[in-house]
Amino acid sequence: MPADTTPTTDPLAGVANTPGVKKPDAILVGSSITRQFGGLKAVDVEHVEIQRGVITALIGPNGAGKTTLFNLLTGFDAPDTGEWSFNGQSLQKVPAYKVARRGMVRTFQLTKVLSRLTVIENMRLGATGQRGERFWSAPFRALWSGQEDSITERADELLARFKLDAKREDFAGSLSGGQRKLLEMARSLMVDPELIMLDEPMAGVNPALKQSLLGHVKSLRDEGRTVLFVEHDMDMVRDISDWVIVMAQGKIVAEGTPDQVMSDQAVIDAYLGAHHDTDITELDETELEQATEAELDQEA
Amino acid sequence: MRLTSKVLVSAFLACLVVLVPLGASATSTPTPSASPTAPTAPATPPDGAYIGVTLQNSGDDKAPIPGATLSVASASGTEVGEAVTDPNGRAFIAIPERGSYVVTLDTDTLPAGIQFGGSNKRTVDALLDGGNFAQFQIGVVEQAGPSLGERFSGAMVNGVKFGLIIALAALGLSLIFGTTKLTNFAHGEIITFGAIATYVANRAFGLPVILAIVVAVLASAAFGWLQDKFLWKPLRSKGIGIIAMMIVSIGFGLLLRNLFQYFFGGSRESLSQYVNQTRQSYGPFQLADKEIAIMAVSIVVLTITCVVLMRTRLGKSMRAVADNPALSASSGLRVDGVVRSVWVLGCALTGLSGGLLAVNSQVNFLMGFKLLLLVFAAVTLGGLGTIWGALIGSMIIGIMVEVGTLQIGIWPGVPSSIKEVGALVVLILILLIRPQGILGRAERIG
Amino acid sequence: MDFGSILSAALSSALGPQAIVFALAAIGLNIHFGYTGLLNFGQAGFMAVGAYGLAVTVVTYDQSFWLGVVVALVAPVVLALVLGVPTLRLRADYLAIATIATAEILRLVFGAVETREVFGGSNGLTGFAKTFQDLNPYSGPLDLGIIRFRPDDLWSLTVGWILVALGCLFVWLLMRSPWGRVLRSIREDEDAVRSLGKNVFAYKMQALILGGVFGGLAGLFFAVKQASVVPSDYSTNITFYAYTALLIGGAARVLGPVVGAMIFWFLMAGIGAFFSQATAGSDPLIPTWAMSDIQASLVRLILVGLGLMLLMIYRPQGIFGDRKELAIDAR
Repeated sequence: MPADTTPTTDPLAGVANTPGVKKPDAILVGSSITRQFGGLKAVDVEHVEIQRGVITALIGPNGAGKTTLFNLLTGFDAPDTGEWSFNGQSLQKVPAYKVARRGMVRTFQLTKVLSRLTVIENMRLGATGQRGERFWSAPFRALWSGQEDSITERADELLARFKLDAKREDFAGSLSGGQRKLLEMARSLMVDPELIMLDEPMAGVNPALKQSLLGHVKSLRDEGRTVLFVEHDMDMVRDISDWVIVMAQGKIVAEGTPDQVMSDQAVIDAYLGAHHDTDITELDETELEQATEAELDQEA
Repeated sequence: MRLTSKVLVSAFLACLVVLVPLGASATSTPTPSASPTAPTAPATPPDGAYIGVTLQNSGDDKAPIPGATLSVASASGTEVGEAVTDPNGRAFIAIPERGSYVVTLDTDTLPAGIQFGGSNKRTVDALLDGGNFAQFQIGVVEQAGPSLGERFSGAMVNGVKFGLIIALAALGLSLIFGTTKLTNFAHGEIITFGAIATYVANRAFGLPVILAIVVAVLASAAFGWLQDKFLWKPLRSKGIGIIAMMIVSIGFGLLLRNLFQYFFGGSRESLSQYVNQTRQSYGPFQLADKEIAIMAVSIVVLTITCVVLMRTRLGKSMRAVADNPALSASSGLRVDGVVRSVWVLGCALTGLSGGLLAVNSQVNFLMGFKLLLLVFAAVTLGGLGTIWGALIGSMIIGIMVEVGTLQIGIWPGVPSSIKEVGALVVLILILLIRPQGILGRAERIG
Repeated sequence: MDFGSILSAALSSALGPQAIVFALAAIGLNIHFGYTGLLNFGQAGFMAVGAYGLAVTVVTYDQSFWLGVVVALVAPVVLALVLGVPTLRLRADYLAIATIATAEILRLVFGAVETREVFGGSNGLTGFAKTFQDLNPYSGPLDLGIIRFRPDDLWSLTVGWILVALGCLFVWLLMRSPWGRVLRSIREDEDAVRSLGKNVFAYKMQALILGGVFGGLAGLFFAVKQASVVPSDYSTNITFYAYTALLIGGAARVLGPVVGAMIFWFLMAGIGAFFSQATAGSDPLIPTWAMSDIQASLVRLILVGLGLMLLMIYRPQGIFGDRKELAIDAR
């Protein structure tokens, strides 16, 4: 992507491409976050800032700690050390559901649609502050039916936008992989988040759907939301991200615009290796298999 | 060594027989309990016919013996009811009609220090009307006033022995869980299977007890093979979820329990050999020969199993499958073959534990089910799916159940009639504090 | 063979107090397991604290029957809180083991010699149901030809089935609401629900309490109906039978537990009566060497085990369920 097309108002213009660099308007700031599994330090991040209103990609080889970092930031896992804040408010020891209520919503690597609920029910669940979700008012329909109608209206708009309106009454379990990703994204919008965190939004999506998914991610930024996503698909990273953070072995090893990072020889050598163009997920599984086979042969 | 004086404990059986009004309507108890009339007996002399027992130490103090379990079976061997003696040493067991009944004293439930000798069964002819008493004596050998040290060493011996027996079953459960992730609620019935197989080989086919146990272990292994072949393997192929499988195992357990009762009856039975061995002194410990043998066999088998699991290809394959079945399959491992071997090995170990229990005490269709939660406790305590965890957990549970009943210092001692409660409390605490167990590793989320 | 009396036994069980007890207990399990996905294997414990709550209040502490009823309904709430605060964070199978162990602890403690002063030991407690019996408005039996209920049974049935109906209505109202939607979502994937800003723990706790109260209600009704509580009535098997009833009728359906409990007892009583007749008399239909009368009473229990397995394997959605709305993770 030629650099001269970057708008002059680029908020990240002039930010140095050094790991842990300060951003002009950071929505999410974390320092000295570590998480250990057994002897392995899965995450060891000294400092990280996510710029508001842009799309930031988090890349790195398998086992680099990207998903673990997601889990820690969103309260799905507790770090051993570290502090982090969202919109200036500390998120330490804040449970996952409260993190979401504050406007930081995530999706999952393996999509978590609620298979035996219909698509529209999946969407309705996303709305926050529902009176009908309180035990004592739940039995009395009159108390919540008005709110339910407006929630449904909003859900239908989002379904139309994500081209899922035809599937409205289907069980979510009957959707294809790509449609599930779309539904999960649409559902998280029901929470109306400021920061939306997508864990591998392209994994398992068929190529025909990829372009429209890319469009949807960009549209999130265009309506003023901040996007942070984990991805292995380098094309997607190059296409839509404004900023890229590279992780390896739990640490942040590089940051910068997509072009800067892609051309960073250190990044290519150390973390993408000679397999730059192959899909990293596949690669790692093959390697693992070979390792296991070798081990078993040795034992025999 | 202090001299032990022999004291007799006599049991007075008061048999008051009243005809039960017939034609009890359909609105009886909702408990579809197999042992008839689930409420064992109403307070004090019940309305219906019953057998009353008073257990007291006829030695110097004439003290009643509370907390001992007595069961009554009809002459045909069907269990009629069970009761625990109260603080006055009394217990009442309702009987359905007049007839000949066998009263069995569960020697395991006698308070610490009282050691039982002679037959624990008496036949009672409940034929009389009104307040007639039948009296007979059950011989009990008691160590006169054992010191705390002696009681402690006695409880330790029992605890270690019990722990080792549980360890065999726990290792079996842990292996199966490790490779299939199935929490098998029918595991207790595999213990019972081993015990009943021992009994049948011994009593019906006349094999010596030692040979009968070998046969029972082989039968249990075959039972494991058949279970996997005809039940669990088809379910895995069908892609049935793990919770559904757990419920299937509950159904399977119910099925087996009632089949055992159908064919074996509800009574407690003893094997033909080694029933009442007196204990001999080994330093501070009192041990019967069979107890030494039980512990030795357990230790040898556990050691061999662990070495096999650590050293051989089978053991490593098992661990590979436990870690990641999909990956193991893709690296050419025959996952189904490994799981089949695990079922065979797991059931053989568990069957052995049942066989040893049969030698140690008696055989009953519920014996395994009663142990199930303790085995769960042992496995969970050590860490589900880990070999050493199952062993350590079993020893802790075994010793805790036995030693916990002692009154030491301010600790009042767990009443021996509910001595399992302590282990169950530990089970729950462990689940809360460290669900991965002592040796388990924390799981990675996401 | 007298098929009339077999049918009569089966029908009176299907409509009788047993079915009510199991319907109430299974409604609770349906909330736990069917809707929320909580594997509570300790429903017997909830039933026990309900029954003992009443009995201990009235008999041991000499308080009024109505206070006893209140205690019987508060006790399961307390048990749910004590049990739930730590265990609801556990994996499904760990929760199952923790709940089954708790129910066993309760049963053992209630039946222990040492707590006899309070709980009556293995003989249990009696003499607390007089207030209920005195309220009985019926003076004559109900005779429907093939089945017949005594006045006191009729009174139990009236109260019991009203309780079941109200319970079903309440569950229906709750489950069509957004609250019910959150529960069903937790059953599917609790992390997804958490990521959408719902306090999953609070919902699970509410479900555990609600289902537990139904369990307590079942125990309360059981105690009042037979005018006694005995620890052996609250064994783990009760929980398993209630699961069987629930799975027969279909989990995650409002009427599933009720229909299931009725069918369960119809079959239990019917099969029991059949085999008891088939082995009775001097020249029984089934020769004595093949089956004694005691063995005959076990056949139905063998069939329960077999039935539970087959249901779970072939029809996890229940007898009437539609495979698509399968509520259990059977794939």
